Amino acid sequence: MSPNFRIAFRFLTAKKRAMFMSLSCIVLGVGLFIITQATTSGFEKFFIRTILGTNGAIRISDKMQDTMGLMLAAGSDPGETSMVISNRENRKYIEGIDEPRLLIKGLRPFGNVAAVSQVVTGSVTAESSFKDEDAKIYGIELDDHIAVSDLEHQIVRGDLGEFRISPLGIIIGSGLAVRLRVDPGDSLSIQTREQNRRYTIVGIYETGVADIDRERIYMHLSEARSMLKKTTGASFLQVGLIEPKRAPADALLMEETLRHSAESWQEREKTWLEVFRALRISSAITVSVFTLIAGLAMFNTLAMIVMEKTKDIAILRSMGYTRDDILQIFLWQSVIVLLIGNVLGCLLGALGTFGISQVPVNITGIFATDTFIVHGSIWHYVAAVGTATVMVMLASLVPARRAARLEPGDVIRGTAQ
Amino acid sequence: MSEEAKDSDVVLRCEGLHRYLGEGEGRVHVLRGVSFEARKGHVYAIVGPSGCGKSTLLYQLGLLDQPDGGQITLAGELMSNSSDEARTAARNRHLGFVFQFHFLMLEFSALENVIMPMRKQGKLSPKEMEERASSLLESVGLGDKLHRLGTQLSGGEQQRVAVARALANEPSVILADEPTGNLDHKNSDMVFNLLTRLAKENDQAIVLVTHNPEIAKRCDFVRPMIDGEFVAED
Repeated sequence: MSPNFRIAFRFLTAKKRAMFMSLSCIVLGVGLFIITQATTSGFEKFFIRTILGTNGAIRISDKMQDTMGLMLAAGSDPGETSMVISNRENRKYIEGIDEPRLLIKGLRPFGNVAAVSQVVTGSVTAESSFKDEDAKIYGIELDDHIAVSDLEHQIVRGDLGEFRISPLGIIIGSGLAVRLRVDPGDSLSIQTREQNRRYTIVGIYETGVADIDRERIYMHLSEARSMLKKTTGASFLQVGLIEPKRAPADALLMEETLRHSAESWQEREKTWLEVFRALRISSAITVSVFTLIAGLAMFNTLAMIVMEKTKDIAILRSMGYTRDDILQIFLWQSVIVLLIGNVLGCLLGALGTFGISQVPVNITGIFATDTFIVHGSIWHYVAAVGTATVMVMLASLVPARRAARLEPGDVIRGTAQ
Repeated sequence: MSEEAKDSDVVLRCEGLHRYLGEGEGRVHVLRGVSFEARKGHVYAIVGPSGCGKSTLLYQLGLLDQPDGGQITLAGELMSNSSDEARTAARNRHLGFVFQFHFLMLEFSALENVIMPMRKQGKLSPKEMEERASSLLESVGLGDKLHRLGTQLSGGEQQRVAVARALANEPSVILADEPTGNLDHKNSDMVFNLLTRLAKENDQAIVLVTHNPEIAKRCDFVRPMIDGEFVAED
């Protein structure tokens, strides 16, 4: 143990109450920082998992128009509404994908692509024995879609295996099921402008995203094509990625290569992601007040010790302890409190995070959960410890430097300022 | 004794030392060109009325304060214009201090207080430091109170620990500011005897500031001071 550390430790233990105050603030600051980051990022991660499990990492949809001029593009089937879409970069798009197989082939060179599912969508009216509701059918190839979504795990009632073997089987969202008051085994009439067909509900899914659960109906791709009279083509391709974080770069490249609009999940859910980011930052700032108080408490403790120990400082200087030694003695005191505070704070953070994850809370809307969602990350601990360290050490520098600047002669003479 | 031999005996010397304290209208010329020298194995008493500049001179000699003019030489090295680092190192190597109000570090035991200057010097192993500190405390009669905290020692005992601490690094000079000023007659006697006996045994110079004529009388040299200057003895 170095002499300076030994002296620092003794000085500190002589001021137990003040040290306990500083220590408590550091423990609270670090612990709460970790807990709030774990909860806000837990919900964010869960939201991301939900949206990746429902709408996939990238959605490739409308075809880019070759000419720059505004023109109408004909739909693939006669009588279908034609439409030109313009995006913010003034690119023009023709709605839908004409050659989904070709696009899927074009996606093969993309190493990050895990799976692709072609989807045909269209608006319908769903009618049960009790009432009718606006809905949207999603025609899918089951295995392809399972590979790009969490549909398999989102089934809350019924059986996905049943869907596989029932050409006229459909899976509907839990919200829609409640509105229509239907259960698996019930039949449902699906109507477009030209057709009316009856299907059997084989399963009910719940994504937790209210907008999806109250309108989306999954059916077999061939049935959807027939219902919507889209014999070829697809509304969009849902792409699953090995590393979803790389979606923006991949989407950009896909757009340029395949000449179709490609939207990453980050762009699609930008608003919500920004909300989560803002929440995380604001909670970090709020909780950092504790570490700021910890810094002030440490400043106060050290300033008190410096005032009370001026004679000891003078003795040490008379014995040959340098200004740097004195600076170190006071900074060591902060380091000791910081070390203990950081360790206890991390423990509080870990225990608090675990405790909060057990708290029952019913959230639905943008996702569904029965308990607080937490996400532990080493970076939360690093950020909490880093914030506390910077604040406390900065606050400690002032009294420590003051102690180091004391002139021993002035102290002994009793004229030290 | 030849001039050369005499010069080698001088461990501390100051010449034409000036020091002002305070600022503006309150500025006082405390030391007015003081010259002084201390030789190995001798005890010097600086006496004089309060405010005459005795303690200021002692802090100057102890390199605890910077002079406004004049020179200080310690163990042959000119220290008056040296850096804070050099002065600090010189204090650790050559000087031992005993202050009036004990100035022990009260959170530490008697043994730890005596070890503290040795730790800074770093010449001895922890075991050797402990042995030397114990032996010094034995020699000041505190062999049975090695592990007592400063707060658990009486005033006289604290001052004896301070004497042992001043001797810890075997300094060339011991500077004592009213070392007995806060003690009763019995303890004053004991501390003074200790200080002088141990210093003489080790061939160290002692410069002490005192108001006590009894103590001053027992020193080898007495230097009376008035208004920042040494005057001739009556």
